[in-house]
Amino acid sequence: MLSNIFILLRQELILSLLIFLLLFIKIGKERSNETVLNLINILLFVNLAAGLFGMSEGGAFNGMFTTNAFIVLEKNILNLAILLISMQSYAWMKHHKQVAEFYLLIFTSLLGMFFMISSGNLLMFYLGLEMSTIPLAAAANFDLAKRKSSEAAMKLILSSAFSSGILLMGISFLYGTSGTLSLDVLTAHIGNDPMQLFAFILLVSGFAFKISAVPFHLWTADVYEGSPVAVTAFLSVVSKAAVLFTFTSILYKVFTPIATVWYGVLVVLSVATILIGNLFAIRQDNFKRFLAFSSIAQVGFILIGISGSSQAGSASLVYFVLIYVFSNLAAFGVVTVVSALTGKENISDFKGFYKTNPFLSWVLTIALFSLAGVPPTAGFFGKLFLMMAGAAKENYGLITFAALNMVVSFFYYLKVVKAIFMEENEQPIQKLSVPGMTKLAMYICVAGIITTGLASMVYDYIYSLSIGL
Amino acid sequence: MNLSLLILLPLLTALLILLSKNLAQIRVIGLAGSLAQLGAAGWLLKLFMDQRAAGNTATYLFETNTVWFKALNINYHIGIDGIALAMILLSALVVVAGLLVSWTMEKLSKEYFFLLVLLSMGAYGFFISLDLFTLFFFLEVAVIPKFLLIGIWGSGKKENSAMKLALMLMAGSALVFVGLMGIYYNTHSFDMVQIGQMGISLGVQKFFFPFLFLGFGIFAALFPFHTWVPDGHASAPTAASMFLAGISMKLGGYGCLRMAALMPDAAHSYSWIIILLATIAIIYGAFATMMQTDLKYINAYSSISHCGFVILGIGMLNKTSINGAVIQMVSHGLMTALFFAAIGMIYSRTHTRMVAQLGGLLKVIPFISSVFVIAGLCSLGLPGFSGFVAEMTVFMGAWQNSDGFYRFATIISAASIVVTAVYILRATGKTIMGPISDEHALLGDATWNEKFAAGLLIVGILIIGLAPFLINQLIMPATDFLMINIDKAITLK
Repeated sequence: MLSNIFILLRQELILSLLIFLLLFIKIGKERSNETVLNLINILLFVNLAAGLFGMSEGGAFNGMFTTNAFIVLEKNILNLAILLISMQSYAWMKHHKQVAEFYLLIFTSLLGMFFMISSGNLLMFYLGLEMSTIPLAAAANFDLAKRKSSEAAMKLILSSAFSSGILLMGISFLYGTSGTLSLDVLTAHIGNDPMQLFAFILLVSGFAFKISAVPFHLWTADVYEGSPVAVTAFLSVVSKAAVLFTFTSILYKVFTPIATVWYGVLVVLSVATILIGNLFAIRQDNFKRFLAFSSIAQVGFILIGISGSSQAGSASLVYFVLIYVFSNLAAFGVVTVVSALTGKENISDFKGFYKTNPFLSWVLTIALFSLAGVPPTAGFFGKLFLMMAGAAKENYGLITFAALNMVVSFFYYLKVVKAIFMEENEQPIQKLSVPGMTKLAMYICVAGIITTGLASMVYDYIYSLSIGL
Repeated sequence: MNLSLLILLPLLTALLILLSKNLAQIRVIGLAGSLAQLGAAGWLLKLFMDQRAAGNTATYLFETNTVWFKALNINYHIGIDGIALAMILLSALVVVAGLLVSWTMEKLSKEYFFLLVLLSMGAYGFFISLDLFTLFFFLEVAVIPKFLLIGIWGSGKKENSAMKLALMLMAGSALVFVGLMGIYYNTHSFDMVQIGQMGISLGVQKFFFPFLFLGFGIFAALFPFHTWVPDGHASAPTAASMFLAGISMKLGGYGCLRMAALMPDAAHSYSWIIILLATIAIIYGAFATMMQTDLKYINAYSSISHCGFVILGIGMLNKTSINGAVIQMVSHGLMTALFFAAIGMIYSRTHTRMVAQLGGLLKVIPFISSVFVIAGLCSLGLPGFSGFVAEMTVFMGAWQNSDGFYRFATIISAASIVVTAVYILRATGKTIMGPISDEHALLGDATWNEKFAAGLLIVGILIIGLAPFLINQLIMPATDFLMINIDKAITLK
């Protein structure tokens, strides 16, 4: 029995070990940042590799914790993202005073996400969610000298607390009407009871806050702008992905009886999210704000895929997130390097970037193309499969809307490409020397962007693991 | 022969270009790669004709069908019929000519040649695809290189033109995508052959045909979505203009043709709209050209008019007119590439494209001037050149439709040829005849690469113009097959 738990919770346990190790490093004798960073990156790689072996299915703690191959895969995608973020923030972390603390916070947050994804009970879900959010707010404050950073942390913790409150209220209404919090049992009690519909709306609002879907997105841009780039990357990729995974599994598992209701809700949310995200992204000049709004629009597309509510729906979600990890982190990677070495974070600073930094320019361009959904990058497949999954409902108005909005998003991504390649700049960003670790992460991202789409086995594998409605 | 070779060759060329060290290597690799493509296309033609002569009547030859995304029933299904092969030959010719013309490109030459080759890969992939998803994939692959080529190496207000072109083409593919979704969820397949056999129900056809036809129509400069053409072509560097007009616009025409064959009922019921838009494009394009003073704009606007003939031929939905549309695509591709090449050669020497500032060029650069005249004469449809054959076939096909409206459209379109003659003769006359200004008195004539490029395209034009039966022999069986479905739809009415 005990050994069983070790296997089921293997990813969580490894992560906990890492956390303890970091504590020991901290209290141990002084070591250079480089040593610590290299060690952490190697351990994260081991962590990722360990996750790939032996898929196990089952539950523990009286159904509080469940896992299966699909969930293991989702966690591994998050592990991959953490590894990439860590490698890319090398330049930033190298001169930071509190390396160990930063990773402590990030790992704790990730651990919370793991429990959230694996939750078989709304209580467990809530615990995981809180465990993942609170350390993040501290991490957002990690540009210790910048006021904007503390502002971001404050905004993040307040809006998270607010949304958690809403979620909790929804959960308690559900408990009040059904008498259980277990996801498996709950389904049987869900009906058209107005109280439950209200609870559902509260629950969705809470989730929408976390994934920054419109109209619950207002915190996103400020927090993204103020936080250190590594945290912004973490927020926009890892934390969003974790919540989306959980959201989807709860929708598909628990709220099946009111599928028509949540289809309508998802459509409204996705239309608003895509539209607002796109319109605001056009006008941004700060790169982090730009990526914030574009990531809002991306969430809108994800919601369309989820609304397809089939096996293809959840498969395309995970597939898209995997691609999004590669493409968004490649973009953030370049921004991290530029911001750490020059302090410049505006799109207009990137004018003439190609003349001085061709390698970084290509990485950024490929990443942006993938985010825009241009073949042969993986983003094309990711976005198309999301829309295909959504089109299964044969709501062609929605699909037309989404397809035309892809053109709008194309416009702002191309604007950046235009600045990089075509525009002149009197004070271009000088030639930057990229740390080897960061470079390696960028190569991994670009390789991922190119192969994840064209190599169809990735999608087929995800599809074979996924379970639909 | 495995058709994937047509994708792999450009891919290999592009990778080698990335690895190459200096301009000389890039040029050699680029030229060798494009010649290999041309060789492969020629060899394919021989094999194709051999198969046909041996009595192989299958619609698509050299078919391969590999599962790509199993879960979504997406296959990498490739194969060609005569029409696709004609397009492949056209692309191969234009690619070689385009690379030769950009021989002296020195600004970021590696990226430039890389993007050109990537663009050609998209075109080949598009023409060999029998699976709608693969088709769509390659259609979009070809968009980004155009954006970068125009935006980085172009002239004038290049950034705006590049953005306009990319966004309009992307909007086109967005429409195509919606149409594809409609087909997919009603037939559960992306396979054009399979869908063609199964047929699509009438309601679905009528709803989704406009999406697909308009989507591809934007690529083919269908009125009123032609506005990307003039700016895009005029701002692009020479080779990119040649690729755009010679290959890329043909993606649209080819797509429209395939969609009309795939949804014949809808094509038939909407044919009057198609004809109307095509006629407007023809007339509007011709008159708009009259007003232009920039050589590139002249050719760009006349392209709108000429591509109108392609749409007109498809819209008439009979065998002769569709044949004409295909020949017009090939002919316009060659002719317009030649035209842009000649304009590029003139521009690189005189540094102006304004008709008013040019004159008497025949005296100093006779070869380039002759090329320019040949392109012009082909464009106005002089017998002996491909333009005549193509336009005649389209008109003959169009006239077969005895309905009053169609007759009227045919007459109007045919009358546009007069306008074409006016602007072509005026532009060529002013440019190459008359007194020559002093600053242009010492220009050097074409270099070997320019001569080679022009010669290649002229040979293509002459083969179609003088021996039209050759191309007819190639595409006729394919149109026959397309007509089976279309005729069925028409007789049902």
